[in-house]
Amino acid sequence: MKTLIKLTSIVKTYRMGDVIVNALRGVDVVINEGEFVAVMGASGSGKSTMMNVIGCLDLPDSGSFMLDGKEVFGMNRRNLADLRNTKIGFVFQNFSLLARTTALENVELPMHYRHGKKMDYRAAARAALEKVGLGERLDHMPNQLSGGQQQRVAIARAIVNDPPLILADEPTGALDTQTSAEVMQLFIDLNNNGKTIVLVTHEPEIAAYAKRLIRMRDGLIISDEPVVK
Amino acid sequence: MRTSGLIKTACKSILRNRVRSFLTMLGIIIGVASVIVMVAIGEGAQLQIRQQIEAMGTNVLTVRAGSMSARGGVRTNVARRILTLQDIERLRVLPGIVAISPVSRASGRIVGGIGNWQTTAMGVTDDFLVIRDWELDDGVMFTDQDIRSAGKVAVIGKTVADELFPNIDPIGASVRIGTMPVRIIGLLRERGQNMGDDQDDIVLLPVTTVMQRMSGTRFIDQIMISTETMDIIPDVQGAVLATLVASHRGTNEDSFNVRSQSEIMERATETSRTMTALLAAIAGVSLVVGGIGIMNIMLVSVTERTREIGIRMAVGARERDILMQFLIESIVLSVMGGVIGVALSVVLIYVMNDVAGIAAVFEPATVLMSLAFSGFVGVFFGFYPARKAARLNPIQALRFE
Ligand SMILES: Nc1ncnc2c1ncn2[C@@H]1O[C@H](COP(=O)(O)OP(=O)(O)OP(=O)(O)O)[C@@H](O)[C@H]1O
Ligand SMILES: [Mg+2]
Repeated sequence: MKTLIKLTSIVKTYRMGDVIVNALRGVDVVINEGEFVAVMGASGSGKSTMMNVIGCLDLPDSGSFMLDGKEVFGMNRRNLADLRNTKIGFVFQNFSLLARTTALENVELPMHYRHGKKMDYRAAARAALEKVGLGERLDHMPNQLSGGQQQRVAIARAIVNDPPLILADEPTGALDTQTSAEVMQLFIDLNNNGKTIVLVTHEPEIAAYAKRLIRMRDGLIISDEPVVK
Repeated sequence: MRTSGLIKTACKSILRNRVRSFLTMLGIIIGVASVIVMVAIGEGAQLQIRQQIEAMGTNVLTVRAGSMSARGGVRTNVARRILTLQDIERLRVLPGIVAISPVSRASGRIVGGIGNWQTTAMGVTDDFLVIRDWELDDGVMFTDQDIRSAGKVAVIGKTVADELFPNIDPIGASVRIGTMPVRIIGLLRERGQNMGDDQDDIVLLPVTTVMQRMSGTRFIDQIMISTETMDIIPDVQGAVLATLVASHRGTNEDSFNVRSQSEIMERATETSRTMTALLAAIAGVSLVVGGIGIMNIMLVSVTERTREIGIRMAVGARERDILMQFLIESIVLSVMGGVIGVALSVVLIYVMNDVAGIAAVFEPATVLMSLAFSGFVGVFFGFYPARKAARLNPIQALRFE
């Protein structure tokens, strides 16, 4: 199996005035292509911080981060943006769709920022929305969609540029059990189609969908084992 | 993101806040409209001045005693009492001169017909009509004989005729100018306004009549000369000056002021050009103020849309993409304001010309310039907010509440 993510001794410290928060204190992880990883841990344990590093949204203070065979630590903002665009799809807890913008246009967004590849944005966005079961809601605004539907739009947006990696930070945090199960089914389908998925959650039932479980505490990984079904 | 997409995004966000966008644009609208209108008024004024001076004849020289002051006026000092009718005879023989007439002014009340009228009597010779290219509607001009004898005859303008002899033929009528009885022998053709003066409010008398019977002086105010062509004006100017200096003891070239009509025209248009530039500059300041308004709103908009910026960055927008998005939004805002401002100025210029009767000349060049300038304002004042947006940290932007 090809290595997709390799974190080595990742340290991230936040400084707020005199208070120093060690959000990540030397994290080592290797994630291969095609894995489905759940990350759990108490609030403030550094899960989101690690996801942001993996997602190229934030740079660590020290350590090494190889994504798809390339060192990310030390890259400039422009290269980071291009990595986010082509290698990573994000799904956040709070849906993070552009307000007053249709589902279709929200899904088109990553393609607009894709450099050097011309394609039919409309058709690709429609195909992605159909894949998540929202073929009938193309022209709905986010505030005309339910939470579960909004999260599906976010997933469609995450996959439209066909990135190898999907990152989801508490994607079901704001959804009820039934809708959560539907959204998780989408992740399983994506994983079955070869996407690597890293997903943060507080709920053991959600983590149970994954194949591998990483637990964090105080900025460190305290356990990393396969999920027994 | 491609430019077409950026413009679409910008228009959407502008339309989302219609009232706010309009109020923001208002500064540019007013700025652009006032620049164009100011320039139009200035151009109109210049055109009028030029036309009016041309109407007075382009190959005309005016001679006065006294030097020209730095401000362009004539210094009326003691040197003024120099020119006499003898100078007319001396100058008349110079080559290139077609017609020459003295001018001697005296103000007085003209009484007759149905009432009286305050006017300025101009003492001239018959050449005056040649120089001013003026014709009579009726009657005759006074003759050399009238000049020699200081005849009590007058040629009047249309305004004077209308005031004193409405619907009455004034030719042959007797009037009084001051205490002097005068017979009207001619009626000048209507000329209209010139630089705010009513040209038809005029009474022409033989120059000798004015000098001897009204002001009691042997000096004349000025000499008017018309030359054969415009090209020889500089030569004639020099010859006139040399003759005058030679024939008046104790004078030099600065004692006389020999001006051509084109010099007067240049001076007048230059003044009005300066005024136009000044007005346009003041109007330009309002454009800059409009630009500051745009900057202000763009800064607010960047703050309001911090989360949107974060989302765009998360899905792969480069710094440049965000910069261009906000820059184009501010350019679209200001250029839209510019276009509306141009439309407004067209309406205003139309209203001024056709309704208010103010001469205003629409200059297509100023339209292009103001549009270009408003685009520049958009770039200049949009750049700082746009850069602020582009430099945001993606995580902080996403977390922004
Ligand atoms: N921008 C920031 N500035 C200062 N401190 C921060 C910042 N982001 C995170 N932290 C701190 O870093 C630590 C880890 O935060 P992180 O968001 O990774 O936790 P988490 O595991 O995702 O928690 P939760 O489950 O509540 O989302 C916390 O103590 C948090 O207060
Ligand atoms: Mg978190």
